[in-house]
Amino acid sequence: MPHNELNVVALVSVGAHPTSGRARRAEQDARAVELGLRLAGSKLQVVHAGDPHAEALRAYLGMGLDELAVLEQGAGADALPALGAYLSGAGAQLVLTGSQAETGEGSGMLPYLLAERLGWPLVVGLAEVERVEDGFAQVLQALPRGQRRRLRVRLPFLASVDNAAPVARQSAFGPARRGQLRAEDVVVVDDALLSEAQLQPARPRPKRLKVIKAKTGAERMKAATAKASGGTGQVLKDLPPQAGAEAILKLLVEEGVLR
Amino acid sequence: MSDIIRRDPRAEWIARNRLHPLHAAMQQQGTPSSWMGPNGVLRKNPHAVGFIGPNGIKRIDRSGAQQASGQRRAAAEAVQLPLHVVEQPSHIICVVPDMVGGRLSSHDKDLLGLARQLAGSGGAVLAVVFGEHKESAFDTAGVDRLLQIEGSEYAGYAPEQRLQALAAVERQFVPRHWLLPDSRSGGGELGRRLAASLRERPATRVWQVAGERCTGRAGAGREDINRPLPRLILASAECAEPVSETRHQALAVSLDNGVARCLPRIEDLGPVAVDPAAIPMAEAEFILSGGNGVQDWALFHKAAAALGATEGASRVAVDDGHMPRARQVGATGTWVTARVYLAVGISGAIQHLQGIGACDKVVAINLDPGCDMIKRADLSVIGDSSAILQALIELAEAYRNGGARDAA
Ligand SMILES: Cc1cc2nc3c(=O)[nH]c(=O)nc-3n(C[C@H](O)[C@H](O)[C@H](O)COP(=O)(O)OP(=O)(O)OC[C@H]3O[C@@H](n4cnc5c(N)ncnc54)[C@H](O)[C@@H]3O)c2cc1C
Repeated sequence: MPHNELNVVALVSVGAHPTSGRARRAEQDARAVELGLRLAGSKLQVVHAGDPHAEALRAYLGMGLDELAVLEQGAGADALPALGAYLSGAGAQLVLTGSQAETGEGSGMLPYLLAERLGWPLVVGLAEVERVEDGFAQVLQALPRGQRRRLRVRLPFLASVDNAAPVARQSAFGPARRGQLRAEDVVVVDDALLSEAQLQPARPRPKRLKVIKAKTGAERMKAATAKASGGTGQVLKDLPPQAGAEAILKLLVEEGVLR
Repeated sequence: MSDIIRRDPRAEWIARNRLHPLHAAMQQQGTPSSWMGPNGVLRKNPHAVGFIGPNGIKRIDRSGAQQASGQRRAAAEAVQLPLHVVEQPSHIICVVPDMVGGRLSSHDKDLLGLARQLAGSGGAVLAVVFGEHKESAFDTAGVDRLLQIEGSEYAGYAPEQRLQALAAVERQFVPRHWLLPDSRSGGGELGRRLAASLRERPATRVWQVAGERCTGRAGAGREDINRPLPRLILASAECAEPVSETRHQALAVSLDNGVARCLPRIEDLGPVAVDPAAIPMAEAEFILSGGNGVQDWALFHKAAAALGATEGASRVAVDDGHMPRARQVGATGTWVTARVYLAVGISGAIQHLQGIGACDKVVAINLDPGCDMIKRADLSVIGDSSAILQALIELAEAYRNGGARDAA
């Protein structure tokens, strides 16, 4: 059910393919656009801060957008001031972002800093907007292990999506060519981080070794030959099934998995 | 008692003579195999080393685990790790663990290890825990000070209220570093919210801290970012070795001033029932898995529905066509990470056990008390699967109804 009266803005970035590193639409940002399209249809506004000539941006246009606003700035610039200024004038009720960029620092701080700057509430891991009424939205938030939580949040608000949001639709070639990348001039602020930090190709992380802190040879022998954690569990034998089931239920309730 | 050693030649003789009627009693008392002599020289009695085995042959076990009675007592004593005491901490390293399920996760323990490293000998590690917890090992995990923040306003999803509390911690303790787990179970979000409100630029996905610099993953994981160590660190799992060689005080501390109650802009309407079958098995929290010992598969499915568990199966159950291939757990199936894994009629072949290596609590229902699954399980019930599943369904339904009545 599209909420056609809702004013939705999606913020997108240019991603990088995880193996080839080739520029592409960013996976999570595309999901944010998908969610925005479902909510606002063709009224969705999509904004990027960066280079208006980046070809990868056309992949977003190919999802069915007529135009995409680009706040023009260089590679080392901070996107936050430009986006903050744009959003305070855009009259948006819902701003969607991905949860982490695929290039650069990728700290995932942008939605938090934007929310702090605009003074809006932030919903992390938005999975679905169930309904919008009376200035409030009822949404589902994705939790680890496939769980969902229902939240009620005041409009306007910011939401970041992760891989639990609906999968982005295919990008079609024709609309991608026809769409407009509309560049806008903004004040550029440089990001201070890159002056003191270095980006380098990712090093494989050292595998954690199983350290055996044994003082004697016999202990080392035992640690090397022991079977996987044997014999510490509780065994209930010769009980009626009810008693056994009760013990199991008690454990399930203690662990909080029985809802 | 006096330190002077007085010999009792008769007792020694009895202890040597295993045919003497009082021999067993003397063995009980035992003679020390080494002692400090009057001149401060260590004296050893080679005859007192070892013990008489069941066949009357003298045995010497040099592992130290099974020596004559004098030393047996020392071996039986639980290993008490040395206590690390911080009286007046020179600085505070503040850690906010995730406490998934009310306990320190392995990620939390790694983080505490890193915090210990940053605290050095003069600093103290302060752990901030929200609400109730079930953890009893804060001391061995490296917590010097424990701040437990309780109250109904922190229950459920209350990031803004928790942020208020952390701001109060910041004012009172002025920690040198804040450490949070960069995880999806809360730490990543709370840490970034804290960073935004403290206006600190955090280092995220940190996996190595060396001296004054730290390294974390950047972008989509194809690059690392190496930078000076900031005040706020969001670290990934295995960022450091957990504390294992010291015990810490885990002294309870409290906030001097109460935390202001903030007006929540995000209201938690509670968890939503999700179809357990729709949760990917690798991610599911609670799995009911069936094997060759399940006779009544309709009952098994009914039990999974009643318990709200995701279904899994052993390879035999899949090969026999009782379950789809995608539900197979194990080496050639899915490696699961459930917090609770309930195995019904599964013998625990190594290929199956490999797949449940990451599970927290394993419960087994089986007829055979000697099978390998029982050895892996934390709780095993020996009995017929059908009867126990039936009883479990009834109890779960009663529990649900009872719970609903209590809530109403
Ligand atoms: C290359 C290779 C890969 C494999 N990969 C996998 C894999 O990925 N996953 C996997 O699961 N297996 C795998 N296997 C198979 C594995 O070796 C075992 O054969 C299989 O796991 C055994 O399944 P089971 O425990 O269900 O059956 P069984 O070994 O037959 O065990 C049945 C158990 O049920 C109990 N039982 C019987 N009747 C009842 C009753 N009425 N009530 C309660 N308990 C009862 C019995 O005591 C027994 O313990 C693999 C094998 C090979 C060779």
